[in-house]
Amino acid sequence: MPYFLQYYRELGVNHFAVVDNDSDDGSREYMVEQPDVSLWSTSHSYKTARFGADWLNWLQSKYGHDHWTLTVDVDEFLVFPFDDTRPLRALTDWLDASSIPSFSAMLLDMYPKGRIDATPYHEGQDPFEIAAWFDSGNYTISKNKRYANLWIQGGPRARTFFTNRPERAPAMNKIPLVKWKRHYAYVSSTHMLLPRSLNKVYEEWGGEKASGCLLHAKFLDTFSAKAKEELERGQHYANSHEYKAYHAAMRDDPDLWCKWSEKYINWRQLEILGLMSKGNWA
Amino acid sequence: MNGAGTVGVVMLVHEALDRAAQVARHWAEHGCSVVVHVDLRVNTTNFNEFVNGLADLPGLVFSKRHRCEWGTWSLVQASQTASELMLETFPDVRHVYLASGSCLPVRPVSELVGYLGERPRTDFIESTTTQDVPWTTGGLDSERFTLRFPFSWKRRRRLFDGYVRLQRRLGYKRAIPMGLVPHLGSQWWCLTRQTLSAILGEPNRKTYDRYFKRVWIPDESYYQTLVRLYSTNIESRSLTLSKFDYQGKPHTFYNDHLQLLRRSDCFVARKIWPHADRLYQAFLSDEPGNIKHAEPNPGKIDRVFANAVERRTRGRAGLYMQSRFPVEGRENGVTPSQYSVFQGFADLFEDFVPWLERTTGATVHGHLFSPEKAEFAGGEAIYSGCLSESATMRDYNPRAFLTNLIWDARGKHQCFQFGPQDTQGLNWFIAKDPNANISVISGAWVVPLFHSNLNFADIRKETARLQKIESAHMKVLRSPFVKARVRIMTMAQFIESPMEPLQAIIDTIGARKMHALSEVPKMVDLTGFGKFLQNLKNQGMHPHLMGDFPVGDHGAPVPPKPRKPYLVRK
Repeated sequence: MPYFLQYYRELGVNHFAVVDNDSDDGSREYMVEQPDVSLWSTSHSYKTARFGADWLNWLQSKYGHDHWTLTVDVDEFLVFPFDDTRPLRALTDWLDASSIPSFSAMLLDMYPKGRIDATPYHEGQDPFEIAAWFDSGNYTISKNKRYANLWIQGGPRARTFFTNRPERAPAMNKIPLVKWKRHYAYVSSTHMLLPRSLNKVYEEWGGEKASGCLLHAKFLDTFSAKAKEELERGQHYANSHEYKAYHAAMRDDPDLWCKWSEKYINWRQLEILGLMSKGNWA
Repeated sequence: MNGAGTVGVVMLVHEALDRAAQVARHWAEHGCSVVVHVDLRVNTTNFNEFVNGLADLPGLVFSKRHRCEWGTWSLVQASQTASELMLETFPDVRHVYLASGSCLPVRPVSELVGYLGERPRTDFIESTTTQDVPWTTGGLDSERFTLRFPFSWKRRRRLFDGYVRLQRRLGYKRAIPMGLVPHLGSQWWCLTRQTLSAILGEPNRKTYDRYFKRVWIPDESYYQTLVRLYSTNIESRSLTLSKFDYQGKPHTFYNDHLQLLRRSDCFVARKIWPHADRLYQAFLSDEPGNIKHAEPNPGKIDRVFANAVERRTRGRAGLYMQSRFPVEGRENGVTPSQYSVFQGFADLFEDFVPWLERTTGATVHGHLFSPEKAEFAGGEAIYSGCLSESATMRDYNPRAFLTNLIWDARGKHQCFQFGPQDTQGLNWFIAKDPNANISVISGAWVVPLFHSNLNFADIRKETARLQKIESAHMKVLRSPFVKARVRIMTMAQFIESPMEPLQAIIDTIGARKMHALSEVPKMVDLTGFGKFLQNLKNQGMHPHLMGDFPVGDHGAPVPPKPRKPYLVRK
C-alpha cells in the first residue's frame, strides 16, 4: 500500500477513494492515517457485488461525476506515454482537449526471474525491482460484439496455466481512466464500460489511438499464499477457476521466466514493442 | 527598455490567466506595446485580479471584451477591437503581432524587434488560396466561403453537420463579395501598421464583416483574404510556431519539448501547456543563457509532429494491439515485414532447414502449423515474444499467432515449412498478404510416405487425403486475389533443375552472401520413386501434383549432380 500511494501521488493523483474488502494485514489502519485517502470498508461478498464493480460504480457516480477517475487494484500501476516527463494531469488535459472520454491501459503481468517466491517483497518497496519481467508479444485480441470492447488474452498466465484451455485465460484489456459521468458504469471489473462508446478506445481504420499499460505486480512471493487464500474465499469470477489453475501449477514449478522474457525499462520500450501507443500525442 | 516600442502585441486571452499575465508582462517589460483582450466568459473576479496584476505596466492596456467561441466571428471581432485600440494608443507601433494567452516567445524579444525593424514593410501572414491548402479538416475548404454556418460546431455538431448537408443538397451558394479572393492560413499574423489600418479602415468593411460573420472559422480567413487587397509585401508564413494534429487541433508543448523549441526558427510558439513550468521559466526569465542560441532546425519539430499524425492515421503496419485493431482491408499491411513459406523443400532435402539458415541468416522454423505443436527454430518450447508452442494456444487464434511471430521478430526474416499435413486455416490470409513469399514443390510431401514403412494400402489412403488438401491450397494460391509472391513447381519440374529456384529463393530473402550458391542442400534418395508413383496409379489413385516421372527402374529423372561453382585445384 505505501508504494501504491507514493507511486500515484508522484503521478499527480489528488485523492484516493479506497474500498477495503475485509483486509486483515493492517492496510486499513494505514489508510485511515493518510490525509488524501477516503476509505470505505466492507465485509460483504466481492462476488455478489459483481466482483467489485458495484462498489466502484456507486463510488464513482457519487463522487466521480465530471472528474477524471482512475480505477485500479492495489497491484496495478499505470504507465502512460511521456509519464517520465509529464504528470497525469497533462494526459487528462490532452484527453479533454481531444474530446476523448476514456483511456485504455492493458494489464501487463510482471514476474521475477526464477521462482516467484525466491525474493521476498518488503512493504514500501518498488515491486518491479523483483518482478521486472514481462511477455512482450503473445497477446491475442478479439472483438466483443456485445459491448464493442476488445478482448485481450495472453501473457505468462495464459501460456503457463491455460495452454490447454486458452479460451479461459484471463482478460488483459482494461479501461481504467475515464472522465466519469453519473450514468456511466463498469460492466465487469474495469474491462468494459457502459455506454458502449466508452469501450471504443481502439482505432479500426489503421491508425493508433493513445494508450498505456497497467503493470501488474501479481507475481511476487506473496502470490502462492494469495492464490490459496482466494481459492478458499471462492470469491472470484467463474468459480475461481483461475485461482484453481494457479494453485495447481504453483505447487510444482513457480517460474514464469523464459529466455524470451523482456525486462522492463520504461514506457518508450512498451511503445516500441507495440504494447501501448502515443497515438496522436506528441 | 524603452516604452515607445515599435512592436505591438495583441493578446487574446481565454484561460490560464496566470500564464497569460506572465507572458503579457514579459512582452511589456521587453519594450513591446501590449493590448490584451480577455474573453467575456472569464468571470469578473478573475478578470479584476488579472487586470490588477498588470496595472503597473504603462505600455499595456485592456480592450473592450467580447464573448469568444472557437470557429466563430467573435475571435475576429476581438482582434479587430484590440488592434484598433493598439493603433490608436501606441502611435510608434510599426508592426502588430497577434498572439494568444497560451503563446510563448521562444526567442528573445529583442531579436523579434530587430528582425521586424529590418523588414519595416513586410507583412508576415500565412495566406493561401483554398485550392492550395491540404490541411483543412472536415472536408470544408472552399465551402467555408460559400455556405452559411449559423450553428456552433463545438456545441451543436448535429445541427452544424445537418445544415451543411442541407445546403449542399439544395445547391445553396453564398456570393463572395466583389474583389475578394478567399485565402486561408494560420490565424497568428504580424502585420504592418499600414496594412492593418487599411484593413480596419476599409470603406467596405461593413460588407466584408457581414460576409465573414457567416464564414466557417473566419479567424483563419478574414485577415488572410483582406491582406491581399492592401499589402505590398506579403511573406506568406506565420512567425508563430503552431503544429496541428489530424483533427486540426493545435498540438500542445510540454517541458520535454524544451530542446525542440530552442531549435525553432519561429519567434513565438503555441500552445503551451499551462503547467509546463520549465518552459515558462526557461523562456521568460532574463538570466543570460536561459534562452540558448541553438541553430534553428525546424525540420526536427516538423518530424516529431508529422510522425504523430502518421501514427494516429496510419499506425504501424502489422501491429494489432489494445488501441489499434483495424478492420479487414484497413491494416496498411496485415503483417509488419517479409516472411517465407516453404512447402515440400524439407521433404526433398535432408538438411534443408540448417542449410537455409546457414545460407541466408534468416530464422528457419519447422512446421509452425503442425497439428502436434508449433515447431519453432531450434526446437524451442517458447519463442520470441514468449509465444507458446502449444497447438491449442496457436489454433485458438492462428492469425494472431502468425502476426505476433512476425512482429516479435522485429525485422528478422522468418521462414517456416508448410504442407498438407498442417492445419490449413490461414491459407487465404497468407495468400493475400503481400509480405508472404510462398515457394511450393507440389507433391513433395509424398516422399516421406515413399520412404515410410507403412502398408501400401495406408500409403495410398494417406496420399489421396494429402493430395486433396494440397490441391485445394494450390487453387487458393492460383486465385486472382493472391497478393503474396508465389512460386509453384511440381516435384518433377523442380528436380530437373533445382539450382535456379534455390538461387531465386535465397535472393528473395536477401541473403548474407549475395554471390552465387556455393553449397546446396542434400537431396534424399529417390531411387524407385517413379515405380512408387506407378504403383499408386495401379491401385486406382492418381498422384498428379508431383508432375510426370518416368517409370524406369531408376525412378526419378536423375538429378544432375549440382556442380560446384568453383574449381578446386590440387
